[in-house]
Amino acid sequence: MGVEKRTASEKADFKRELTDVVPHLRAFARGLCGRADMADDLVQETLLKAWAAQERFQPGTSMRAWTFVILRNAYLTDMRRNRFRGEYDETVAERILTAPAGQEEPIHLSDMHRALLTLPPERREALLLVGAGGFSYEEAANICGCAVGTIKSRVGRARAALNTMLAEGAIPRRSLDDDTAHRAILEELDDVAAGQGVTARN
Amino acid sequence: MTVDSSSGHKPVPGSGKEAKHEGKDRPDWTNGLRRLYDSVVEEELPDSFKDLLSQLDTKD
Repeated sequence: MGVEKRTASEKADFKRELTDVVPHLRAFARGLCGRADMADDLVQETLLKAWAAQERFQPGTSMRAWTFVILRNAYLTDMRRNRFRGEYDETVAERILTAPAGQEEPIHLSDMHRALLTLPPERREALLLVGAGGFSYEEAANICGCAVGTIKSRVGRARAALNTMLAEGAIPRRSLDDDTAHRAILEELDDVAAGQGVTARN
Repeated sequence: MTVDSSSGHKPVPGSGKEAKHEGKDRPDWTNGLRRLYDSVVEEELPDSFKDLLSQLDTKD
């Protein structure tokens, strides 16, 4: 293999960092694929892959970014096999966002989630990474294996689309069940997959 | 929680307010997106994950 075996203490460090990042992997996966059970399957797959590939992880770098690349690639592979249809998780609908003071209409998490799932996957993932995950544009570009400008543009378009949808209350219901929409998404996925995550290859 | 998540909160040169989560004119849904993510982060980890993590050491 040419890679030195990790010591027991290095493996323990790796496992601790991997454990710490699991809640973030679940949140990212849930945002990407919509359904909690499928998202968790994806995270489990990611954890096994990360563990098997631990000798490629550079200690001191971001475990979250490294594992997000693995999760993202697993998601893209599964998506192509038609496992995920961006299905919407009804249990999320029970949670309501607290409206800010002076605001009449609270935004429901369910609306937010549904709106998110109507975005093309490349924009959805960019928005999740930057808007929810708190990654910088540079980090997000690294995770997605594309240029910083591309990420900025995807985030900008995603924000504009969500602004319009949520402001007008025009969130399509379950539009992703539609076959045409699904095909369009799969076509876009090919573009997304073309930018393989660079972090994984380090 | 991971420490690196804080890096995204620093203003990124050239990106202006977009990279920040705080700000007066931020639309509500920006906050909503964050909450959607955080609501999952804060969930208790299902046992299946604890089981999987505890089994990792034996897989080698």
